[in-house]
Amino acid sequence: MSVIDAPMTEPMAPEAPAADDVKVYGVVAEYDNVTDVIAATQAAYDAGYRRMDVHSPFPIHGIDDVLGVKPTILPWIVLGMGLLGMATGIFLTTYTMGAFEVADFIPTNLEPYEYLISGKPFNSFAAFIPVIFELTIMFSAYTAVFAMFGLNKLPLLYHPLFNSKNFRRATQDRFFLAIESTDRNFDLETTPAFLKDHRAVSTELINE
Amino acid sequence: MATLTPGTVISQRVDNTHDDPRQRAPLVLGGKDFTGVTDTVASSAESKPNLIWWVCFLTAAGFAGLFFGLIGYLFATGVGVWGNNQPIAWGFPIVNFVFWVGIGHAGTLISAVLFLFRQNWRTSINRFAEAMTIFAVICAGIFPGIHVGRPWLAYWLFPYPNQMAMWPQFRSPLLWDVFAVSTYASVSLLFWYTGMVPDLATLRDRAKGKIAQIAYGIASLGWNGSSRHWHRFERAYILLAALCTPLVLSVHSVVSFDFAVAQLPGWHTTVFPPYFVAGAIYGGFAMVLTLAVPCRIWFGLKDIITDRHIDNCCKVMLGTGCIVTYAYALEFFIAWYSGHHFEQFVFLNRPFGNYGVGFLSMVALNCLIPQILWFRWARRNIWTIMIAAMSVNAGMWFERFVIVMTSLSRDFLPGSWAQFRPTWVDIWMFVGSFGLFFTNFLLFLKFLPIVAMAEVKTIMPEAHAHAPEDHHDDPATDGEAH
Repeated sequence: MSVIDAPMTEPMAPEAPAADDVKVYGVVAEYDNVTDVIAATQAAYDAGYRRMDVHSPFPIHGIDDVLGVKPTILPWIVLGMGLLGMATGIFLTTYTMGAFEVADFIPTNLEPYEYLISGKPFNSFAAFIPVIFELTIMFSAYTAVFAMFGLNKLPLLYHPLFNSKNFRRATQDRFFLAIESTDRNFDLETTPAFLKDHRAVSTELINE
Repeated sequence: MATLTPGTVISQRVDNTHDDPRQRAPLVLGGKDFTGVTDTVASSAESKPNLIWWVCFLTAAGFAGLFFGLIGYLFATGVGVWGNNQPIAWGFPIVNFVFWVGIGHAGTLISAVLFLFRQNWRTSINRFAEAMTIFAVICAGIFPGIHVGRPWLAYWLFPYPNQMAMWPQFRSPLLWDVFAVSTYASVSLLFWYTGMVPDLATLRDRAKGKIAQIAYGIASLGWNGSSRHWHRFERAYILLAALCTPLVLSVHSVVSFDFAVAQLPGWHTTVFPPYFVAGAIYGGFAMVLTLAVPCRIWFGLKDIITDRHIDNCCKVMLGTGCIVTYAYALEFFIAWYSGHHFEQFVFLNRPFGNYGVGFLSMVALNCLIPQILWFRWARRNIWTIMIAAMSVNAGMWFERFVIVMTSLSRDFLPGSWAQFRPTWVDIWMFVGSFGLFFTNFLLFLKFLPIVAMAEVKTIMPEAHAHAPEDHHDDPATDGEAH
């Protein structure tokens, strides 16, 4: 009960003519199983293609190695922001609850507030730990999400690949190997043929 | 899953609840491939809502309307419309708060803790368990918000430089709660949304109508399934899971500090944090089952949320139920062992005193009835599962009622003893909060991907390369869900 209105298994003509003013973004090859797309990506990498990407409905294990994807720096960003969150928590609690003489230029509403309750100490660090902990988690978790989307350059509401009707199955049940025209080995004739040779179900030229 | 190779079609229904260690049980049945999983899950968001949905939705929305109407009545009149008094100032709102925030914990447990433990079966139920978390935490957040007495000043809870030159008391468990619950609510929301982005992209790519295309297009942020994106996505997801695991344990611990830090007999115990966390997971899994058992039938998800998933949820519920039962017993032992007069009185007062009925209901509903799940046949029959889950839903509310009421109504000084009687506003507000919960949940069922499609696909045998070119780890041992 697919709702896509184009027949999907029918390969489109690889020599789709591009008008003079339209730039070719690249070629996209469709695969119907994980084994083939990994093999084709490995072959493309070995053939010297670098500006390429695999689009799949779920993360494929082992694709990072054949595609040459380097480990992301995201964990380090998250660690840094987590430490910043912890520092924020320590400062917020220890400063605002403390008994400090502050400089004159600090406005009154930024001065610490001394709660005099049963002679309890102003710097009661143990009681501050829950707040410090929650702020650490909050900073790290927000960073994990927003830095991930940022590094992925999302939100991105237009992408040349979305021009392809076939490509809509990239989020459903098909696997796509896209090689960009900016790759130094890219050729309008040989690249689609190369992908065809590596068991692509269909290949398609994508315009910018 | 070793016996299933790509292309294997399972035509008859397979019993996947076996525990044969030589053979991994399949988690997706019915011979479904990637297309089949996508079609099954997306069809609920693509088809027009049926009559049952409308009846449920309008009923739930009616009760949600009642809830907000009563909140308006409360604001216009004052907290006197409740049965709260001195010394029972907490009353129903805090009982309901702890009840709802507890339910929320199962979602994060399923999505984060089971993820770190590589429990692949979580992928079928984590999406709607997370949705349940969000909606339960919304209900939970409302109750302390309207309980503060002057709700238009509720923003005083947050630390900000103000004209009074005051800061909130950071040594107070009630303030810890503000930080814990607000962190939990927002991080759960992010976790839920992040996991949903690839599935929203699936709905976008399948959408026919213009409005659906634009709405899902914006919500999915232009996700195109790039492997570089997936790489960072998986890393972010595991980081979130690792961050949410201590978070979920901390939140109900902090909620229990609201009680345990007070000096009141019956509250002032060190067992409260683990006991509350176990209780929260117990109540949360009961709600997961309450929602999952009907949903998998109504939405035709029996091949994705299989008998094995339900069986596993029942086992988790049974396990946490035993921890809770043990904690109840331990409280009585410690009360006797402490030699503390008031402590001993409070615990004798629980079964035999002014709220004895509440205590006995709690024991019957939480400790006795769910024990039926020890039997395999009971975990396979939807009626016994629903009876056990409903019993825990009610029992966990009674637990919070007993904890709040017995200690507050009978503290040290008999002169300050009192009895709490809920008013009609108390009762209908609690009922109305279910309306809000189910309104949100039904909207989720209709408009969003109710199963994490991308994650379910990763645990299917076809998701792993079988060719000799694959020079990575043996895919059979690499079959973890992400």
